[in-house]
Amino acid sequence: MTHLEEELKALKKEVTIMFMLVHSQLAKANKALHELDKDLAHEILLTEKRVNAQELSIDRDCENFLALYNPVAVDLRYILAVLKINSNLERTGDIAEGIARFLLESETLFDKKLLEETRITQMFDIAVKMMDDISDAFEQENTALARSIFRQDVFLDEVNRAANKSIATYILANPANSEQALHILSTIRKIERVGDQAKNIAEEIIFYIEAKVLKHSKKNA
Amino acid sequence: MIESKNLNLYYGQYHALKDISLSMPPKSVTALIGPSGCGKSTFLRTLNRMNDLIPGVRIDGDVLIDGKDIYKDKKMDIDVLRKNVGMVFQKANPFPKSIFENVAYGLRVNGVRDESFIKERVEKSLKQAALWGEVKDVLKKSALALSGGQQQRLCIARALAVEPHVLLMDEPASALDPISTSKIEELIHELKRDFTIAIVTHNMQQAARVSDYTAFFYLGELVELDETKAIFINPKKEQTQNYITGRFG
Repeated sequence: MTHLEEELKALKKEVTIMFMLVHSQLAKANKALHELDKDLAHEILLTEKRVNAQELSIDRDCENFLALYNPVAVDLRYILAVLKINSNLERTGDIAEGIARFLLESETLFDKKLLEETRITQMFDIAVKMMDDISDAFEQENTALARSIFRQDVFLDEVNRAANKSIATYILANPANSEQALHILSTIRKIERVGDQAKNIAEEIIFYIEAKVLKHSKKNA
Repeated sequence: MIESKNLNLYYGQYHALKDISLSMPPKSVTALIGPSGCGKSTFLRTLNRMNDLIPGVRIDGDVLIDGKDIYKDKKMDIDVLRKNVGMVFQKANPFPKSIFENVAYGLRVNGVRDESFIKERVEKSLKQAALWGEVKDVLKKSALALSGGQQQRLCIARALAVEPHVLLMDEPASALDPISTSKIEELIHELKRDFTIAIVTHNMQQAARVSDYTAFFYLGELVELDETKAIFINPKKEQTQNYITGRFG
């Protein structure tokens, strides 16, 4: 293995750690939402600092690689993709942190009926799976798996679009729970953004492996 | 326009260039890259028939410069060809004469006697080669007293003095420090407004910086020719990618 390949391998390892950290944050947020587990929500806030530190470390590694190795072709595309993936992951970590903050503000367990009617549970499970799949796609350089993200995101978008109506109906029927319902609406919006970040990451994986730019195209619609 | 069609070159039994077909648009820079011995310098030298000087060389195929076949055109005057197709080598090779006389040399050899014309042309060429500011007060000084980077720009000025259409550069900056290299690269960028330039380089970043098109040669074959951006971002051939990313083995 050449020195350059060793550096690329080391960088990949760091990005994989970032994927694991962010995936863990999201999975914890999902669990904490179901069980209103405030200790777990606190843990998410603490781990967020590690996510931020990892983002800075990867950014620095990419800067060093660009300055020292002058990458071209697939190596250049890889570094450009990693810079964007890193940023997408950090934003996903922020979303998990935002959900955790909502949970810390909530006093009581969420109404099961509210969770069922909005389909937030299914939505969150799929978002966590999307992060899992996109992490595997990156690690295995599997563009077919990366493309599966676009399909999975359709469900997240659909739940998000339906949320206004389902939340409005719920509030009319349960005015005492309106604050809780609005928290859920806000959380649905956040989970929808997790889907967008996963899609962005999928586009970057396809860009660096196949040199195809899907951003702003209708191919992934 | 420079065009080669099914160009083959043999050094005795050795088949050094294999069926090379490519074209270089006018007023553009084409970088020729590839590992040592791949044929890129040999190809460069076919463009002004420098290989004719090597014993045992045999060439078939066509090389057209501005539509004229430089090998098959019976009226082709080699001296006129080399005046039109100037060459700059890896190692600066100033003559042991003054700076002025180095640049004036080509004109004098071509029979120009008008001293005011020669003076004008020397100044113009030194300006084109971005050297005038540094030498205008010491034109009578020996060219050998110049730095390596200045000597190389002097050689470029010497090539430009006879007003060629095409400039061939064989690793023109490989022996220079980064500042001189940067001046040569900047110069290439300026010169392409008026000249068609082909440059052989082992420096991938230099090829990426200075050229509009890049041709990758390997084992005497032209593997890939494309716009430089395409070659360095998304080469079509795996061999090209392996070479430019340093994974050639």
